[in-house]
Amino acid sequence: MERRSPAFSIFIHLCALLLAVVILAPLVWLFVMSISPAADLSAKPLRWWPQTVDFSRYGLLLSTVANSAGAAFTASLRNSLVVSGMATVAAIALAIPAGWAVSRTPSTGWSLSLVIATYMLPPVALAVPLYMGLAALGLLNTVFGLALVYLTILAPFTTWLMKSGFDTIPREIESAAMMDGAGLWQTLRIITLPLAAPVMGTAALFAFLLAWDEFFYALLFTSDQRAKTLTVAIADLAGGRVSDYGLIATAGVLAALPPVLIGFIMQRALISGLTSGGVKG
Amino acid sequence: MSNSITRALIGAALLSASFAHQALAETTLNALFMAQAAYSEADVRAMAEAFSKANPEIKVNLEFVPYEGLHDKTVLAQGSGGGYDVVLFDVIWPAEYASNNVLVDVSSRITDEMKKGVLPGAWTTVQYDGKSYGMPWILDTKYLFYNKEILEKAGITAPPKTWDELAEQAKTIKDKGLLATPIAWSWAQAEAAICDYTTLVSAYGGDFLKDGKPDFQSGGGLDALNYMVTSYTSGLTNPNSKEFLEEDVRKVFENGEAAFALNWTYMYNLANAGADSKVAGKVGVVPAPGVAGKSEVSAVNGSMGLGITSVSQHPDEAWKYIAFMTSQQTQNQYAKLSLPIWASSYEDPAVTTGQEELIGAAKLGLAAMYPRPTTPKYQEMSTALQQAIQEALLGQSSAEDALKSAAENSGL
Amino acid sequence: MSGTWMTTRAWLLMTPLLAVMIAVIGWPLVHTVGLSFTDAKLVGTAGTFVGIDNYVRMLSSANFQRTLVTTAWFAIVSVAAEMVLGVLAALLLNQQFRGRTALRALMILPWALPTVVNATLWRLIYNPEYGALNAALTQIGLIDGYRSWLGEPGSALTALIVADCWKNFPLVALIALAALQAVPRDITAASLVDGAGPLNRFRFVILPYLAGPLMVALVLRTIEAFKVFDIIWVMTRGGPANSTRTLSILVYQEAFSFQRAGSGASLALIVTLLVTLLALAYAALVRKTAGRTA
Repeated sequence: MERRSPAFSIFIHLCALLLAVVILAPLVWLFVMSISPAADLSAKPLRWWPQTVDFSRYGLLLSTVANSAGAAFTASLRNSLVVSGMATVAAIALAIPAGWAVSRTPSTGWSLSLVIATYMLPPVALAVPLYMGLAALGLLNTVFGLALVYLTILAPFTTWLMKSGFDTIPREIESAAMMDGAGLWQTLRIITLPLAAPVMGTAALFAFLLAWDEFFYALLFTSDQRAKTLTVAIADLAGGRVSDYGLIATAGVLAALPPVLIGFIMQRALISGLTSGGVKG
Repeated sequence: MSNSITRALIGAALLSASFAHQALAETTLNALFMAQAAYSEADVRAMAEAFSKANPEIKVNLEFVPYEGLHDKTVLAQGSGGGYDVVLFDVIWPAEYASNNVLVDVSSRITDEMKKGVLPGAWTTVQYDGKSYGMPWILDTKYLFYNKEILEKAGITAPPKTWDELAEQAKTIKDKGLLATPIAWSWAQAEAAICDYTTLVSAYGGDFLKDGKPDFQSGGGLDALNYMVTSYTSGLTNPNSKEFLEEDVRKVFENGEAAFALNWTYMYNLANAGADSKVAGKVGVVPAPGVAGKSEVSAVNGSMGLGITSVSQHPDEAWKYIAFMTSQQTQNQYAKLSLPIWASSYEDPAVTTGQEELIGAAKLGLAAMYPRPTTPKYQEMSTALQQAIQEALLGQSSAEDALKSAAENSGL
Repeated sequence: MSGTWMTTRAWLLMTPLLAVMIAVIGWPLVHTVGLSFTDAKLVGTAGTFVGIDNYVRMLSSANFQRTLVTTAWFAIVSVAAEMVLGVLAALLLNQQFRGRTALRALMILPWALPTVVNATLWRLIYNPEYGALNAALTQIGLIDGYRSWLGEPGSALTALIVADCWKNFPLVALIALAALQAVPRDITAASLVDGAGPLNRFRFVILPYLAGPLMVALVLRTIEAFKVFDIIWVMTRGGPANSTRTLSILVYQEAFSFQRAGSGASLALIVTLLVTLLALAYAALVRKTAGRTA
């Protein structure tokens, strides 16, 4: 432990304070806007804290009265959950066998590199044929169609993370089980997967966050409450045609809550997942 | 034993029959509208509820997108089997929608009663090549709104009749220190800017196209942009206008921060009687001014119509819904936000009471409505023009050069 | 077990993943290549073969060239700022101070915030009439009148970069922090004894540990910045006067707003090629750095 001069210590604390303010100020402001009466938000000079705290917009957006603005918002919330959930489960299901295969048979690794390289493709390069293909299959404006597209964004990441996870599990444990007469599937289920469970959790969370964040494909491939996701709903609100800024902010807070909570709770796992490839490389 | 089987079978048959009956009766329509304030989202939902009450067998799912997304959403949804049945479309799109087979021709569905009752000007909204692709729903143009209190303080007795007068009055207000930047417009890089520009083009007697080729780069088209640039650089126009859409203009006007504003019908009652408005009771409205020797008033055709998409499985029900939405009864009921398409409504006290000033302005403005060009390549031309307007405002190039390159990039 | 059987089994296990990737990415990509040589429209006509017309037209258009410059500027400035701010924040978070654990936890928040929400938030902050930025700066006295942050070509792109940085530098910071924690304490102690100054210490002792992880972050962020769509779509849609229009927005306009699927496809492939070249250049750089530090 190096010793520090008091001046340096004060400097460090000031920097930390500055960093905390930079990170928090926009987020706190988002929340304050969501509980401020509309008049406060168009006051000059701006009122930084509402005269009367107003939570009514949350009720408005979360109401489920048929054919209301709230119903449209909750529908998009549900669609986001369903699409992200389906895509995540499928991405893990594909990642387990593929990640294991590459981990145990490195000669097939080049194919995984190719899969990961698809990350470089801008979505606009695939959008037109995907649009036509989904239309031909009747999958436009459905949660399944969107989840299928998302799967290809998530699967490269989950497979790569699962492969790194399997790499840390010694083959000897598996061979021992196989010697005892267990089949491949049994060995994986009883021995390998429980050991890889933490990595699987991290991969699933990552995948969920990625899917929750997606906007471009959702913008193109969904058109109404049957499949429209939260990101598109918020972009519609933010488009300059809603004059109550507080309502836009409320939608933002609601959309941010699930990923922010996940991020907070799982932070250690997320960071180790983020850095595992880098630190080793 | 056999008895109970028979009974069960009959029960099942009855049950399935009742399901089948329900399946037959219940039709679900998907309709696309825009999120805005003229017929707000809440109003459109209330109209749909009234429709479903009158037609319990038809359910309507409503979808709202900002105007900026309306065109792309409509086109993109064409590919999906269960796309929209009814779409709201702007006056500028029938040409493109007709040539790309997005909307169906509904000429044969339009009754004589409709033909006679609806204002002739409104029909231009939905027609292309002699066919009708829907019913007009929002009959709208941009008016000049003014803050009576500020004008009074500045010693101005009558609102401007010409655009030059507008500039003079704004200068008086600025010089007296009442407002730093008295005029608010919607000049964001969006269709809204084109609507303001078109209003000015109509005042200066310009043309967008001549023989299918761009003609806005000289004459009235150039004068119109020059007026905008002068108003902007002289500091009479709120400089934030270049990122404003209509709702921003309304907010600024309602806050008493603009003496003049160009906006659609809906602003009148919201600003003059709205709970959030700080200028309630002080709002004046006149037709957008003219240019001495060229025009008395100016106006852009900003009307919108409702049409049936070519992928709709339920065109009959869709038309029923459109007929309800555009009926005189519905339109009169919501006439405080959007004036009816029906001629006789303008003599109906239920419609005119409380908004005589607006009706007065509408009689002149609606008659002068000037169309944006009818071309399947409208989107490209508009995008090029939006860029030109902003470049000229920002001083990146002269109005003339900007319009010339817009003409080259217009795709025409 | 024989090697060939292992390999066969591995391929069998990978089949579901590969099948999905080929169907949803491979096939559309091939299709895009095909489309790019036609004048196909988005809906309706399949189009006729026009050779390399689309490519010639797109590459020579002033719109494309200007948009390329805008995109490159956005990518370079935002990624560079994120790297510098991220490393500085990581160095800070690696020091001892009260509340360090809490501050480290806070860093995850901007990253977890959905991109569209972030864009919406900053659009409200930058609002020319009622935004918090104008209000704060005027009340402090840093500016004397409200400004149109997203309405001036000079400031709009910078405003977008700030919004993008705010969301992404904490991620770089977290990656760099994890790498810093891997630097053995005795090495830093030894360098202190040797009398190395703070800058030299950072350059020769700490940076080698950071280089690998930062390189990964750099590559990922650059690719993402080149593909940027969401934040611009929500905040400016490319305005004012197209000063914030990036390549992805231009492709969207061409293919979907104007419905010219053919030329849109050619433009999209040009973008893809650029991103690939960029990634290859980085890969070469990574190999060189790895060779030097090893």
